[in-house]
Amino acid sequence: MSTTAPLVRDSRTMLRRNLLHARRYPSMTLQVALIPVFLLLLFVYVFGSALGAGIGHGGDRTAYLAYVVPGILLMTAGTGTVPTAVAVCTDMAEGVVARFRTMAISRPSILVGHVVGSVIQTVINLVLVTAVALAIGFRPDASPVEWLAAGGLLGLFVFALTWLSVGLGLVSRTPEGASNAPLPFSFLLPFVSSTFVPVDSMPSWIRWFAEYQPFTTVIETLRGLLTGTGIGHNGWMAVAWSVGIAALGFVWSLRLFDRDAR
Amino acid sequence: MPPPRTLCGMSSPRQHAHQAPPAIEAVALRKSYGDKVVLDGIDLHVPRGTIFALLGPNGAGKTTTVQILSTLIGADSGESRVAGHDLRTAPQSVRAAIGVTGQFSAVDNLITGEENMALMADLHHLDRHEGRRATAELLERFDLVEAAKKPTSAYSGGMRRRLDLAMTLVGSPEVIFLDEPTTGLDPRSRHTMWQIIRDLVAGGVTVFLTTQYLEEADQLADRIAVLSGGRIVAEGTADELKRLVPGGHVQLRFLDPAELARAEAVLGLGIRDDEALTLQVPGDGSVHTLRALLDILDGNDVAVDSLTVHTPDLDDVFFAVTGHPDDEKTQTR
Repeated sequence: MSTTAPLVRDSRTMLRRNLLHARRYPSMTLQVALIPVFLLLLFVYVFGSALGAGIGHGGDRTAYLAYVVPGILLMTAGTGTVPTAVAVCTDMAEGVVARFRTMAISRPSILVGHVVGSVIQTVINLVLVTAVALAIGFRPDASPVEWLAAGGLLGLFVFALTWLSVGLGLVSRTPEGASNAPLPFSFLLPFVSSTFVPVDSMPSWIRWFAEYQPFTTVIETLRGLLTGTGIGHNGWMAVAWSVGIAALGFVWSLRLFDRDAR
Repeated sequence: MPPPRTLCGMSSPRQHAHQAPPAIEAVALRKSYGDKVVLDGIDLHVPRGTIFALLGPNGAGKTTTVQILSTLIGADSGESRVAGHDLRTAPQSVRAAIGVTGQFSAVDNLITGEENMALMADLHHLDRHEGRRATAELLERFDLVEAAKKPTSAYSGGMRRRLDLAMTLVGSPEVIFLDEPTTGLDPRSRHTMWQIIRDLVAGGVTVFLTTQYLEEADQLADRIAVLSGGRIVAEGTADELKRLVPGGHVQLRFLDPAELARAEAVLGLGIRDDEALTLQVPGDGSVHTLRALLDILDGNDVAVDSLTVHTPDLDDVFFAVTGHPDDEKTQTR
């Protein structure tokens, strides 16, 4: 008999199951990593020179590369929500999940397995995107502590978005619906933020939204940590948003999961 | 199953029945979805170590009953206990005592049979050695050793059902729910499944199965309940249910109407069908009554072309109790 808590033990089993799935059918998870890589190359090599001049301080393509990478990392976190929501929605329709519900296991472990599995996959995607950025000349001046803080914040934000996408997957009736549900997080918020251009350049009504929405606060914090720009209030706001979204996603997902089986 | 367990399994259910609570007990279970009443107050009582069959057509509420008793969904009202635990207040204790094999196979299609079994062993918190042993033994018993390394999406319907049941057995459940265990299987796989189910009960577990097949209920079940429109319209052993319908008959077929008319005159009873040239004579089809019948016809030189014996089966019961809402008429006719 093991003394490990049932939640930890069953979550580990569920994680193993999800990683097995991801290893056998990796197509969708890899696809979503290609979108940010493509956008990175597009914005640096096609728009980079003009946008670099636009961000001020006599910026060029290299300066724009340094500017855009933190936002591209957030976009990677954002696109990761799609495979998570689809996987959860598809899985809930499987007979084996109905079987899990009739077993004396820790019920949240089914969701925790999905969350941890998705976070691992998104982190792998983040490493891939960072590697591409470094390969094309991204040279951050961060100290080891700043790298650690950047990684930690990104990890926390990915964790939060993943719980939210689990909820979106649970609430969606079809996999098609589940792939559209995370659109605000995979597309809208990453664009209406300081990913590609500073929020100062936007009209005031949209600037207010763009400045305080979660993606911008995390992007600005990462930018500060990696390239030494000012962080200001963005630091604590980024952490607050992440913790808030994680808590909301967690409670919402568990409540959805505890409804009667469909 | 090793022989010693089989032996005590044979005798224990009857002894247990007096001491331990029944495997399944439900009173006035109700469930509706919006305006649609799915279960309209059903009562169930299943003693330990027996096979209970819930028989009914599609949409009768069979799957809903299994879903409620296996803690997947809640009933709107009614009391129910499974393996002595209250479904409402102690669902986790119920889950620890049951195993469920669903109508649509509850196997993970993206991984292999062996991985599915390992998943169950881990979720039942068996240690590595014990888990491997139980998994290997069940794969062997259900003839899945060769297929163990293949993804289950490549399995045939019969293999998938066997794996499904093998997964259910990893936790050694006391009560097993089988929701239409043979629907969609070919006759050979169906007979294999029947034998597996009989062996389970010989080992002491209780089986609650749903089926649309009268033959299946007749073959397997100690007691049968007929579910129709969310109500149990008849319940009893197969023999008791058969007694609900009028007895059997012998059907005599003739080559010409004159012979048919003479036969009716000689016998003085039976239902005559002039178009089919048949005469239905009441009788149980025993050798004794058949010989007597044929002797009378022979003695009067009536030429019978052919003869078929019809004994009442569950089909008659089924149509009698579900085909006519007020089945009193059927019984007293």
